[in-house]
Amino acid sequence: MYTRSFLGLAVMLAVALSAGVAFAQTPNLGKPISPADIAAWDINVLPDGSGLPPGSGTPADGARIYAAKCSACHGPEGKGGVNGRLVGGDPIKTIDAEKTIANFWPYATTLFDYIRRAMPWPQPRSLTNEEVYALTAYILSLNKLIGDNDTMNSQTLPKVRMPNRDGFIVRFPDRTP
Amino acid sequence: MTVTPSDRAQRELKNLEAVAGNGLLHRRAFLRGGAALAGAMTGYTLVPSAFGQQLAEDPWSLVPGVTVPDYGTRSRFEKNVVRTLSNPKGEPRTQHARTPHHLLNGTFTPNSLHFVISHAGDPDIDPGNHRLVIHGLVKQPLVFTLDALARYPMVSRMAFVECGGNSAPLFSLEPIQATVQALHGLVSCAEWTGVPLSTLLDEAGIDPKAKWIVAEGGDPPHVSRSVPLSKAMDDAMIALYQNGERVMPGNGYPMRLLLPGWEGNMNTKWVRRIQLTEGPGMTFYEARTYAPVLPGGKAYRFYFIQEVKSFITHPSPGLALQGPGFYEISGIAYSGNGRIARVMVSADGGKSWAQAALQQPVLSKAFTGFRVPWRWDGGPAVLQSRAWDEAGYEQPARAQLVAARGETARLPSVTGFPSQHYNAITSWSIERSGEVKHVYA
Repeated sequence: MYTRSFLGLAVMLAVALSAGVAFAQTPNLGKPISPADIAAWDINVLPDGSGLPPGSGTPADGARIYAAKCSACHGPEGKGGVNGRLVGGDPIKTIDAEKTIANFWPYATTLFDYIRRAMPWPQPRSLTNEEVYALTAYILSLNKLIGDNDTMNSQTLPKVRMPNRDGFIVRFPDRTP
Repeated sequence: MTVTPSDRAQRELKNLEAVAGNGLLHRRAFLRGGAALAGAMTGYTLVPSAFGQQLAEDPWSLVPGVTVPDYGTRSRFEKNVVRTLSNPKGEPRTQHARTPHHLLNGTFTPNSLHFVISHAGDPDIDPGNHRLVIHGLVKQPLVFTLDALARYPMVSRMAFVECGGNSAPLFSLEPIQATVQALHGLVSCAEWTGVPLSTLLDEAGIDPKAKWIVAEGGDPPHVSRSVPLSKAMDDAMIALYQNGERVMPGNGYPMRLLLPGWEGNMNTKWVRRIQLTEGPGMTFYEARTYAPVLPGGKAYRFYFIQEVKSFITHPSPGLALQGPGFYEISGIAYSGNGRIARVMVSADGGKSWAQAALQQPVLSKAFTGFRVPWRWDGGPAVLQSRAWDEAGYEQPARAQLVAARGETARLPSVTGFPSQHYNAITSWSIERSGEVKHVYA
């Protein structure tokens, strides 16, 4: 009798386990998609440079593109217009100080990522990767963060040391991996 | 012990006594006291001819009304209940639409009045052509249509969404005279229905190296934010419905990422892509915008949580008191760390406090209404509310908050964002005229 009950229990457990597996199943209605098919949307650039595309640009190239596509809002040579300036910025001493690329942004990769996804404001995603590299190089050179003849590409851009890289305190370390 | 009617009457009378300075009454005074006692204590006299007018049929009661519309809208007499717009002509910059909390009373924000921030207008998305991609550190990248997601098991929950810059005018060194809509209008609360994000991430198969997701919208600036994977697997949702109807265009139609209790900008609207990564993207909005600067020049990174907050909506600036007598003080409280545990209200600038009644049920990471009866004697009074959440966090006094976080050097614009993540106490001064002013107390 003992053996039979034990077997019965084992069968019940097996049934329960398989039911559990069935329970955990979800509709699986997503369709597999290949990296090649995602490529046009795959525009995240991380601080280590992952996501940066092939290509390159120089400050001189960027100056020409900037004059044509950016200066209407950000003013000549990034000095500001109807929208924020892209050059300069005093050291931050008060909570409401103006945050600029030079005095606040911790990573140069953010510049490439944001220009490529959001700029120019009326025609986002209209710039080629070469143009984004060139604009990134131009703005970094205006801020004296790279030399006037430095080329920005997937190797050089992540290595640009931004002045405020270490100016941050993680608010909730226990929630931040 | 048996409670006799006279015991009860005694208790009711006691309840009607002020429980804190400047006329705050017990939170259940009227629930127990009844109309007669209420009338007695407010000083209103009921005399047979007080109304002074004979009732007659009104014109709207004498003819058939208008045809019922297929999509309802509020009375034409309520046209002033609108959001305020920071950029009504859609100039090339961000647009903010703020919720009129002082003209509403409840814990659901109507969809047409839910706050909106759009960095380049609301995209006009065709739901049949919208896609959600999950890729990066997964076993199998997947793409979902709206029709596919609509077949998934769904969950519904109440959740507030609050801009990380809500209440920023209170960082001003001087109190800015403005309505609760201008000061605190970048928070709203709705019932959201959708698919748990954990279901979709599990289907894609999470690589053990993944620690973050980077979520991106299909809006023109392709706003993107990094979220710890632990939050994505906890209570995050791909929300398809807002208060029972499809998500509003300004709130992310046809789908948005909902991260209950977390900074509004992270709740990616129009979400179209989620990449699993080892590290955060350090996107524009996390590297720059929502990194509040501290006194001394360092800045917080990854604030994430909208911490415990409350404010009084009635009375508040713009809603003047009509002479001494009875009023109900009411407002809303919420916390990104869970349920509201308690709200206290003061009418004497924080010297003494009365416990507020909380609207039931109290839900986690959602608006909780609070109410306290008040007998205004016509003298100066300073109203404040202070909330505590179930995680044990206390809403700070303004002085405590600015001691740690600083205040502005100059008077900022009421529509500006001198810093982020202000959750301290708001104070309303009641002038003898009945006017309500914003003060620091």
